Amino acid sequence: MKFLVTLSDFLVPTVMFLIVVYGLIHKVDVFQSFVDGAKEGINVVLSILPTLVALMLGIAMLRTSGALDGLVRLLSPLVSFSNFPTEVIPVALMRTVSSSASTGLILDIFKNYGPDSFIGRLVSIMFGCTESIFYTMSVYFMSIKIKNSRYTVVGALLASLVGITMSYLLTVYLFGV
Amino acid sequence: MLNYLWGAMIIFSMLMALFGGHMQQMTQSILNSSQSAVEICISSCGALAMWMGVMRIAENAHLIDALANRMTPILNFLFPDVPRNHPARKYIATNIIANFLGLGWAATPPGLKAMTELQKLNKTHPTIATHAMCMFLIVNISTVQLVSINIIAYRSAYGSANPTEVIGPSIIATALSTLVAITFAKCMYRRND
Repeated sequence: MKFLVTLSDFLVPTVMFLIVVYGLIHKVDVFQSFVDGAKEGINVVLSILPTLVALMLGIAMLRTSGALDGLVRLLSPLVSFSNFPTEVIPVALMRTVSSSASTGLILDIFKNYGPDSFIGRLVSIMFGCTESIFYTMSVYFMSIKIKNSRYTVVGALLASLVGITMSYLLTVYLFGV
Repeated sequence: MLNYLWGAMIIFSMLMALFGGHMQQMTQSILNSSQSAVEICISSCGALAMWMGVMRIAENAHLIDALANRMTPILNFLFPDVPRNHPARKYIATNIIANFLGLGWAATPPGLKAMTELQKLNKTHPTIATHAMCMFLIVNISTVQLVSINIIAYRSAYGSANPTEVIGPSIIATALSTLVAITFAKCMYRRND
């Protein structure tokens, strides 16, 4: 399992190296392309900033007022049979609705527990394997006026459940509690 | 959707603060959170710009197109109803690759085009999803991601000692969830035909 940690170390530099080499072979102006892309990246950050302010504000209010604790207490019997940390439940729930709202919750966890804590690592791994189900479905199906989505929800929920369970098991196995 | 969710968050928080006696801390929390949203954006800006830059090189070198061509066998397996050379295939491939590379925002435009093309193949009923649509959405939602660049940017913004350590386990978890999702969708495919 050491391999997984090594893979993580190698992935970003290797992908970068391969893409730049591939670009040079195909006579692409790699520097100009990079700068153009980076410019768009900065625009993306600027465009999500207002949303992030709104959502982090909302989540900070939920936490300070004690509402988040109340929600967690309400839902904790559901997972009490396992050691799954109750603080992560709101993230998992919110993730199915909207990806930006769950990002706010994840940042809240990083701030309070640190990204290298057990909970911090767990939500980091979870983030990579679940997608906002209801947001994606409504955008995609609404664009072509489909009303009956048949077995899409069940399939998507199943995938998220497996993803969350696997994230928990891997975090315990690789990094310990 | 977010309209009601956000509104409910504010109203619910105010009520809870009122009855729980946390009003004093609320002002501080409201001001701090807005400030930290800006701080996060500034500190994650670099990583995002870097990744978008690298991806632009891949795009300009037609690496994305080349990868889409390689995906034919996978597309044959997942979408037997979509004929070869149908435009839907190219959009589906682009969407899957963009998701795979962790470019969520780049995945949506080709994804929506793919849905439009799939609707053209919908011979049953215009408001009922076809098997291909269900499969596409399920694969899309359970995304296999190589690098989730956002989370790495956020982790480094909060001072993680090793921001990229979660990539490996993340790939395993997402690969398994996608495998289960595809198996489920395939079973439904068979049963309903």
